[in-house]
Parts: sequence; structure tokens; C-alpha cells
Amino acid sequence: MTAASTATVRVTLPTHLRDLARVRGEVVLTVEGGAPTVRTVLDALERRHPQLRGTIRDHGGERRRPFVRFFACQRDLSHDPLDTPLPDPVARGEEPFLVVGAMAGG
Amino acid sequence: MSRVRVLVGTRKGAFVLTADGARRDWDVQGPLFAGWEVFHVAGSPVAPDRLYASQASSWFGQVVHRSDDGGATWRTVGNEFAYDGVPGTHQWYDGTPHPWEFAKVWHLEPSLSDPEVVYAGVEDAALFRSDDGGETWRELSGLRGHGSGPHWQPGAGGLCLHTILQHPGDPARLTVAISAAGAFRTDDAGATWRPVNRGLRSEGIPDERAEVGHCVHKITAHPDRPETLFMQKHWDVMRSDDGGGTWAEVSGDLPTDFGFPVAVHAHEPETVYVVPITSDSLHYPPDGRLRVYRSRTGGHEWEPLTAGLPQEHCYVNVLRDALAVDAMDPCGLYVGTTGGQVYATADAGDTWSPIVRDLPAVLSVEVQTLP
Repeated sequence: MTAASTATVRVTLPTHLRDLARVRGEVVLTVEGGAPTVRTVLDALERRHPQLRGTIRDHGGERRRPFVRFFACQRDLSHDPLDTPLPDPVARGEEPFLVVGAMAGG
Repeated sequence: MSRVRVLVGTRKGAFVLTADGARRDWDVQGPLFAGWEVFHVAGSPVAPDRLYASQASSWFGQVVHRSDDGGATWRTVGNEFAYDGVPGTHQWYDGTPHPWEFAKVWHLEPSLSDPEVVYAGVEDAALFRSDDGGETWRELSGLRGHGSGPHWQPGAGGLCLHTILQHPGDPARLTVAISAAGAFRTDDAGATWRPVNRGLRSEGIPDERAEVGHCVHKITAHPDRPETLFMQKHWDVMRSDDGGGTWAEVSGDLPTDFGFPVAVHAHEPETVYVVPITSDSLHYPPDGRLRVYRSRTGGHEWEPLTAGLPQEHCYVNVLRDALAVDAMDPCGLYVGTTGGQVYATADAGDTWSPIVRDLPAVLSVEVQTLP
């Protein structure tokens, strides 16, 4: 694996998922396979923290849970195709990839 | 037997309450899984320090945790509940076909004989089994596939399989209950199933005595009398003396026969407990008085148990898995309320006192009697 085919991505999780994964603060992942995408970031996240499988997307990896959103660089990426490259600042580790629980309440 | 451990699932986490055999002074541990809706926590009868807990979240789905040290530490186990094959459809509230979709685990039932085996009752209604302590789950799909599945309709709380009754002498025999489909029984470890609802009568469904479609809320049995089943139906308290083959009403002189849980005394198979609730539209006790009712005659004749329970301004509910009985002598009972109280009695129901008063709404209560 060459340095060019990996990226270091910072991921921010909501409280319940941080508790489930037993992490504090951001998760820093090495993502392989070229430009990181939602799919490759979540693949790397679930490899590192298998207890998150099924909590962000379905076990097949294709369907985001409806009340989970993906944000980065002030953009909502939730409806982008899973294989769309993430914004460059995320791929460079300058900005985090945010997994967010949709707001509920009143 | 010197200790009891009460496992409480609530809307915002789980709690473990422990006491010695006197059951007067309680240690309260929790919240565990804070913020998660914990539908059920259950311990293995053969390996009591093995506990399972079901957490569900509208945001993050289903998680199952296991403890092998009595609740001191927990780790996640499998949370993939995949229906066998093409799941097909059941009926939606409006009678239209609706695809089977997994929502959550309502009830975990560890095996009576094998610490690695545990059953899970889920919404949309199906029964799953794990043979590796919860790591992986497979559906016992003969239940949904036996024929009536496409006609099952959800109750107000969803189409949930909430009761799993094991026969103590025959591991191949299971009786399950589904809201609002009814009771079903297998005698071959889940390969084939048949409805066991004869004698049930439910107003509000087109055929009051239909083979399926009854909103069964809970079924229980005493381990020494596995052929005698007691049922709290949506309305009506029922009894079967032939393993569910036929049912007869034993509501008798209850002030209302609507309710959710039903339990049997640990040492007296004809002593039964229910918690009457006003009606299906008024989910609180009649007259604002929380009364557990006890029958010492296997039904028909009931006495209110009130000492120590709130007898005015009480408008909580007691859900189907929120009544448990320990095996001490005299046996203790534990009632969890949607108001966050867990009431306990150490004298089979004669007198009660709260262990805790201000938990989140209680969804389930189980108790383990430990050496």
C-alpha cells in the first residue's frame, strides 16, 4: 500500500455511538483505496469498531439508517451516492466527517 | 438462596437492583446503556451471571449486550436479525399487505438448559434463536411460515413477539405469543407451529373466535405444572390446562380484566397475579389505585393487594414484562411502572414497598434468585 492510496480521516460520532464504541472525541481512521468516500470511511470505522455495525447503516452497508445524517464542510452528504469522494478537506484530515443523529423534539 | 438480583429495563437505560434474602436493603446500579431504550434484560437460568440486554433506538437501531459477570461488565454481541428468505408481507393496520421489517427485540429468553442458547422475540413478529450466546441469530421461520402469517396485524404497540415460554421437561416445545396474532406452539424446536387460541374470544375482530388475530398480552406457567398456562389477554384473563389446546376465562371478580402482565407464585401453582388496568383506552389503574390482584384458586376469585401500593392519584401503567417473581420462600414479587417506580414485596404480595421511585418509565422487570 502506498501513501498515496491511503487517507487519514477524522470522524465525529454522536454521543450514543461514542459510548457504544467506547471512544472519546474524534475517531481517526486510516482509509485505504484512494479518495475516501462515505462507504470506505464507514467500512474502516466498522472494522475498527465492530459494535457499530448496524447502527449507522444496515448490515448490507447500502442503506443509511433514516435518522442518521452525514455532514462535512457545512454540507449535508446524506443523500450523495455512497461512492462519491468526500470533500478534499476531509480527505486531507483538515475537516471531520460528521455522523449525526437527526434532531428530534420540540 | 441468599440474594436476589432484579434486572430493570427502562426508556432511558437499565438498572440492576440487588439485595440479600431479606429483600429490605437494596443496592441500585445504573443507568447502564444510558439514554438507550432497554426493552428487556434477562439472565440465564443455568449460568446466572450471564445476562442479556436489548437496547433499541429510533436513530441507531438494535443493539444487544451480554454480560458474563452478573452485570459488572458488558460487551456487544450480534445485532443482525435477518428474516429467513424473502420475508413476504403481513397486514398493516388498514388491512393492506405490509412488508416484514425488523424493528427491535422485545424479549430475550435464555434457555432453561443450555447457557449458549437464547431466544429473541422481535418486532415485526418473529422468533430468533442463537446457539452461541447471542453472537449470531437465525430465525425459526416455521412460525411466520406456518400459514397465518400474512394475516397477522399489529397491535397498537406494533406487531411484536413478546412472550417465549419454554417447557421445562421438553426443550423442543415452545409457546410464543404475538400482539395481535395470538399464541402459537411448536413441539419440534421451532420447525413447525400451530395456533393455540381455541377458547379465546375477542370483540373488535371480525370473527370473535377466530383461530388467529387475538391480542394476547402475556402467558406464563409454573415450572411444576407446564400444561397449565395463564394468559392476560387484551381483555380477559384466561387459563389452559392442556398446554394451550383450549382456554377458559378465569377473570371472575376482577374489577377489570384488561391488563398486561400475569405471573404465578413461585411455590403455589394455583396462585396467580395480575395487575388490572382500566381499559384499552385508559392505560392506568381503576380509580387511581394501584392494586395487584392475587387468586389462590387458579383464577375466578381474586383479592386486591394494596398495602404499600399507592391508593390515590395513581395513573401509571404496568407493562407486560414488568412483573416478576423470585424463588425465595416466601416468594417476592416486583412490579415496575411507567412512572418509574419498582415496587417489591417479600411476602408474596401482602405488603409492598418501593425499591426506587424515580427511574425512567419501566419497560421490563426480571428477577434472579441467586445462591
